[in-house]
Amino acid sequence: MSSTIATPVNSQAQALPQAKRRSAHSVALARQAERASRSGIWVGLFAITMSFAAFSSALFVRQGTMDWTHIVLPSVLYLNTLILLASSATLEVARRSLTATSRVGSNAARKASVWVTLTLLLGLAFCAGQFAAWRDLRAQGIYLATNPNSSFFYVLTFIHALHVFAGIAALVYLAGRLTASRSTFRRSLFENTAIYWHFMAVLWAYLFLLCLMKL
Amino acid sequence: MEESSVQQAHVHAPPEGFLRKYVFSLDHKMIGKQYFGLALAAVFTGMVLSWLMRIHMVWPLAKIPGLDLISKAGAPGGIITPEYYLSLMTMHGTLMVFFVLTNAPFAAFGNYFLPIQIGAEDMAFPRFNMMSFWTTFVAWAVLMLAFFIPDGPPISGWTSYAPLSAVGKDAGPGMEYGMSLWGISIALFCIGSLLGALNFIATTLDLRAKGMTLMRMPLSTWAWFITSCIALLAFAVLLPACILLILDRHAGTSFFIPAGLVISDRMQPHSGGSPLLWQHLFWFFGHPEVYIAILPSMGIVSHILINSMRKPLLSHKVVIYSMMSIGFLSYTVWGHHMFLSGMNPTSALAFSFPTLTITIPATVLTLMWLGSLYGARIQINSASLFALGFISMFVSGGVSGFFLAQPSIDIYLHATYFVVGHFHMVMGVASLFGVFAATYFWFPKMSGRMMNETLGKLHFWITFIGTYCIFMPFHYLGLIGNVRRYQSFVDDFMQPYIGWHKFITICALITGAGQLIFLFNLIYSRFKGEPAPQNPWNATSLEWTIPSPPPWNNFGDKHPVVYHDPYQYGVKGSKGDFVMQDSPEQVIVSGD
Repeated sequence: MSSTIATPVNSQAQALPQAKRRSAHSVALARQAERASRSGIWVGLFAITMSFAAFSSALFVRQGTMDWTHIVLPSVLYLNTLILLASSATLEVARRSLTATSRVGSNAARKASVWVTLTLLLGLAFCAGQFAAWRDLRAQGIYLATNPNSSFFYVLTFIHALHVFAGIAALVYLAGRLTASRSTFRRSLFENTAIYWHFMAVLWAYLFLLCLMKL
Repeated sequence: MEESSVQQAHVHAPPEGFLRKYVFSLDHKMIGKQYFGLALAAVFTGMVLSWLMRIHMVWPLAKIPGLDLISKAGAPGGIITPEYYLSLMTMHGTLMVFFVLTNAPFAAFGNYFLPIQIGAEDMAFPRFNMMSFWTTFVAWAVLMLAFFIPDGPPISGWTSYAPLSAVGKDAGPGMEYGMSLWGISIALFCIGSLLGALNFIATTLDLRAKGMTLMRMPLSTWAWFITSCIALLAFAVLLPACILLILDRHAGTSFFIPAGLVISDRMQPHSGGSPLLWQHLFWFFGHPEVYIAILPSMGIVSHILINSMRKPLLSHKVVIYSMMSIGFLSYTVWGHHMFLSGMNPTSALAFSFPTLTITIPATVLTLMWLGSLYGARIQINSASLFALGFISMFVSGGVSGFFLAQPSIDIYLHATYFVVGHFHMVMGVASLFGVFAATYFWFPKMSGRMMNETLGKLHFWITFIGTYCIFMPFHYLGLIGNVRRYQSFVDDFMQPYIGWHKFITICALITGAGQLIFLFNLIYSRFKGEPAPQNPWNATSLEWTIPSPPPWNNFGDKHPVVYHDPYQYGVKGSKGDFVMQDSPEQVIVSGD
């Protein structure tokens, strides 16, 4: 994990020993902050995992009851799954194209911004696909409260989509930082967004399998 | 990772303007105080509610002046109806468990002192921190709103068992809109707590000062850290439960409502849900919540006791590992709340075993405190009195847990006053004693002024004797067979014991009034107390190396470096019998 320089170190301040110490301290603080945001992402993902574990266990309990039936999942979900997995790959390409020393405006950053934008579009396509799946079910007369299977389907997919939206917001921000002139850009933010986004793909893969097998 | 490639942290300026400084503050100290204020408001509301319940129970026809202004239907002419009694009980439990026992020892003091004790400038994510307080505040406001709607607060109890909590107005007054407000409030509370827990964990892991290894963290910080790990998992499960409950109530789903359910002569239009599912999800949160309430107090009390004894506990590590085991085991025991729920009897046995296992680390902790106290020349002041009171309450309340943990005994004791006495002492009062100890101990640091010791000791003795008088008889009433949550005594066999209840009510009124001494002391000392020095208790941890009250960035231009374990007492230091954590001097153990 490393980062690009965002603000040039004030050369005048460096001449003074005390200011130098302070600047060394502020570098140490920045490094701490980066480590903390990395921990924060993992801790947050842990909490999200726990929430979906709770939903899953609710599903396992509920499937033992009398009115548990079966719904046919809309086929667009297969396509959605591919789209989200692909978006994970495109973001990974973007992440790898940036090196520790890449700066805003460099070729690497331009390349990365293209791949991030592509990821963003795929993310939006996934959400549109999920929406299409809901519409498909509604057209068949299957609503949230129709049966327990459909209840779980709508709840799981909707809450996952909410989390994907948070990822999309982060991607929009990233794309903005990568392309805007005179902007600073932290690689750690990129790394953390990537971790979150990959996790969303993995989570969806799990949820999709769960829905396929149980609903 | 090259040195040059790291971005510099922007040095932020002190906040200016009323809104940035006092309302939407990013400063962990202000946020800690905000949590403390919210908990204070909630605890006095909750206390008044318990007064009303106690008065109604023994004088059912007593007119409470002004109560009919709050609820015409619930208290016509100021006389509390049986349903309104249940509303008061629900709100008492919800306010106390969520907004007092979670907020005060964990969120309030943790926010204020965790960053300082590890030598950090602030929390890892100050904006999340602000959001977590304001989400919690909105959760509180939404809950309180239930008092002022025509429907009134819900009558479901703080556990809100399905299916009655899920079916809406057929379940009784308050169950239509009041219950919805409860669900929304608790869901919001979960979000606020999750953000807070995330912040605490990242801060503890990554923002420690140079030399502050994990094992050098004070026990209070350890307790807040472990608590935040528990809270992260617990609230992450309660949030989905609340979402499913709200969907059952408003979207027609049937997660918790079984088929063919008739309530108030009306067939409920739901199918096949599982009421037990709610209990599983709720108690998977609910039992760890008990430890969210008590663990911070354990850490705070250890921290304060060591300071008053002027010597470390028998083993720093054993205390930390015991708290960790309690945290871990708290996830394996939720079923002991459900022995009588119709759950498979074999699983009752499976839940009983870890429940009894939890008593091992709890006992180890108690022995650590008592063993260290043996032969110690303890300095008696308000803080150490409350710390000792905590141990007393924890033991007295904990012992009844041995009985309740066994399914065969619990069949008799379940849902009696025995349980009420048990959890009020071990979770409620013990945890609050930790909060009182923390307040007397850290008030000088937070406000720059000392609290009045005479008033503090008076407050302690009234509270200590008072709470024993209230909650000890609960155990005996429970053994007799007094069922909890009844608003009056319909059983003939209870008639001879009404005198006991009257005694409890009078004790509750006196003890509650005694809390006004605390409130007065708090406000009076804030403005008129003696100015506090930087380190009034000759303590060793980092919060005492900075001025009282601390500047906005805690350590100013100093960057603390830690050289010692947190509790170098009973040693020969340049300042006395202690060596501060950031003092580079060598520790010389002084022989007696």
